[in-house]
Amino acid sequence: MTTMTLVQAVRDALHSQMKLDPSVIVIGEDVGVNGGVFRATADLIKDFGDDRVLDTPLAESGIIGMAMGMAANGLRPVAEIQFLDFIYPAFDQIVNEVAKLRYRSGGKLSCPMVVRAPYGGGIRGGHYHSQSSEAYFTHTPGLKVVVPSNPYDAKGLLISAIRDNDPVFFLEPKRLYRSVKGEVPEGPYEVEIGKAQVTRPGKDVTILCWGAMVPTCQKAADLCASRGADCEVLDLRTLVPLDETAVLDSVKKTGRVVIVHEAPKTCGFGAELAALIAEEAILYLEAPIIRVAGFDTPFPYALEHVYMPSAERIALAVGKVKNF
Amino acid sequence: MKNKTPQQDGLVRFLDEEGNVRHPLPELDAGLLLRMYRNMVHTRLFDERAMMLQRQGRIGFFVPSYGEEATQTATAAVLDPNDWAFPSYRNPGVFLYRGAGIFEMFCNLFSNEKDLCLGRQMPAHYSFSDLRLFSISSPIATQVIQAVGAAMAFKLRKQKQCAITYFGDGGTSENDFHTGMTFAGAYCAPVVFVCTNNQYAISMPVSRQCGARRLADKALGYGFPGVAVDGNDVLAVYVAAKEAVERAREGKGPTMLECVTMRMGPHSSSDDPTRYRDQKITDEWKKKDPIERFRKYLTNQKLWSDKKDKELEEQLKNELVELAGKAEKVSQPTIESLFDDVYEKLTPQLEKQRGQLLLERDLIGKFENSSESFPL
Repeated sequence: MTTMTLVQAVRDALHSQMKLDPSVIVIGEDVGVNGGVFRATADLIKDFGDDRVLDTPLAESGIIGMAMGMAANGLRPVAEIQFLDFIYPAFDQIVNEVAKLRYRSGGKLSCPMVVRAPYGGGIRGGHYHSQSSEAYFTHTPGLKVVVPSNPYDAKGLLISAIRDNDPVFFLEPKRLYRSVKGEVPEGPYEVEIGKAQVTRPGKDVTILCWGAMVPTCQKAADLCASRGADCEVLDLRTLVPLDETAVLDSVKKTGRVVIVHEAPKTCGFGAELAALIAEEAILYLEAPIIRVAGFDTPFPYALEHVYMPSAERIALAVGKVKNF
Repeated sequence: MKNKTPQQDGLVRFLDEEGNVRHPLPELDAGLLLRMYRNMVHTRLFDERAMMLQRQGRIGFFVPSYGEEATQTATAAVLDPNDWAFPSYRNPGVFLYRGAGIFEMFCNLFSNEKDLCLGRQMPAHYSFSDLRLFSISSPIATQVIQAVGAAMAFKLRKQKQCAITYFGDGGTSENDFHTGMTFAGAYCAPVVFVCTNNQYAISMPVSRQCGARRLADKALGYGFPGVAVDGNDVLAVYVAAKEAVERAREGKGPTMLECVTMRMGPHSSSDDPTRYRDQKITDEWKKKDPIERFRKYLTNQKLWSDKKDKELEEQLKNELVELAGKAEKVSQPTIESLFDDVYEKLTPQLEKQRGQLLLERDLIGKFENSSESFPL
């Protein structure tokens, strides 16, 4: 065991899996000599050479399209998009190509590839270095969407993602890159994709969250505990395929739900969770479901601390459903 | 380029419109020439049969490639089985040359359960991955950058193979064309870009598609050669494509071929070219027909005769009629298959949705076909 930051755990996962499997390669802008703008690929080029750590020209659709051709021809590329905010030029390659290849080839072709991208706010990044665009991808059949919240999960989930035979979007909470540290085992290990984790058990209110919102929700749960509400925090870890059982089990236990995400509220993944709970567990509910989310505005710069769901705002929502 | 001298109009050409050799030809194997000829005839007859099926209302949609048989055939003829081809939807001749089964191609047109992609795509979107023919997408030029990815996989593994990709004149305006060319140039990737300049992107003539006089000139900006050939001279396309493929295999990098031809038919079965194209244009191009030109050459060389031609046509036509009829009788894909191959394994969500649908089927009995006929 070594204590690592989340970004170090990402790098460790890449290193472990590249060592194990020669078909794994890393591609993206500045991933080689520079080691990535967040250093997630630091020194990989020294250990594996520039045949396996490939700096690309500055074109996101090229990175994704090239990765797809590589994946269909025997490699397992891990493509880095420097910021999730920059991924939109590649949207057609992702939605129409990568996501549909297995289906449209009658199961004969596939894209075993990972798209890694730092996402989310809280680093003073403004409109274009702060977005949480997960819902675009969770809305696209054929993609898996994974969001770790701590170093142990980051490494284990990324290794699982690379080994997965379907394309996996691996969204890294950049706000947590260096702010969370944790014990990480040496060598490769997997954390199963599609399994949520209760990070704090409780009996009064379920808080559903993922990625960078997990520590914020933990903090909110601490606040609530001092105010007499016992919260259960469920870290979804994978959005697609969603661990519905874990969500519904917790909701059935508490009967009260707060959903937290950074992305704008309308059509955010929280809407899907609320609908699922309504469809499958409405009679267990003791109070309306509340979403604490980003607002339906572009991500702001000066007021980002207002825009981002905070522990206090989450605690207010918990109070509301608890006392309904 | 060693074997190619451009003619007055800037295009590499060996045969004139009468099939006479106007420029010294490299030696070409007679078996290869006859195989290419057969494929060109086959492609045209396949197109004719498929359009007929569409006009008779037996299939929903089709994309013919009339007039482009030489370009498709000669570029496919230079490939090895291990090379990857990333075609567009107007490339039945590439599929045929690489050995795609006619029956399976018809099954695709009938969108039935023996279609290799199980009726999941519109007709003419074939997928023969066992023959290294990549699955076809409708959005334009998306395959260009993917072909570069396949080529890079060859290069990184130090395999002497190449990828080839096909797109039209309209495709050169798309983002993925430019990223594909950029990446290929930057990495010196073993890839051949085949631009079938058939003069029209649906209704838009190439003169209004971009300001370049020759689309092949675009290659220079990406740092590799672009060669413009007479796309209706199968020998010119073959020689240029062969050299491009050899360059790729030898590690010398990409080449762009611009094969200048004419889309003699409509964009698709839903298109009416008389709305935007003067009949005189196609009349003029008819004189340059690639199949007739090649037949005259082969006949002059004593490799072919009218009698053989008649026999070939009859044999291919009979086979096409028979296999289309056979494909028409194959059942539609099962309802269960709707959920397969989204992922390697069904997710719990898909399992739930499938279960729900099957339950509803039992309650409803039958799903009525409520689709409008193709408005595309």
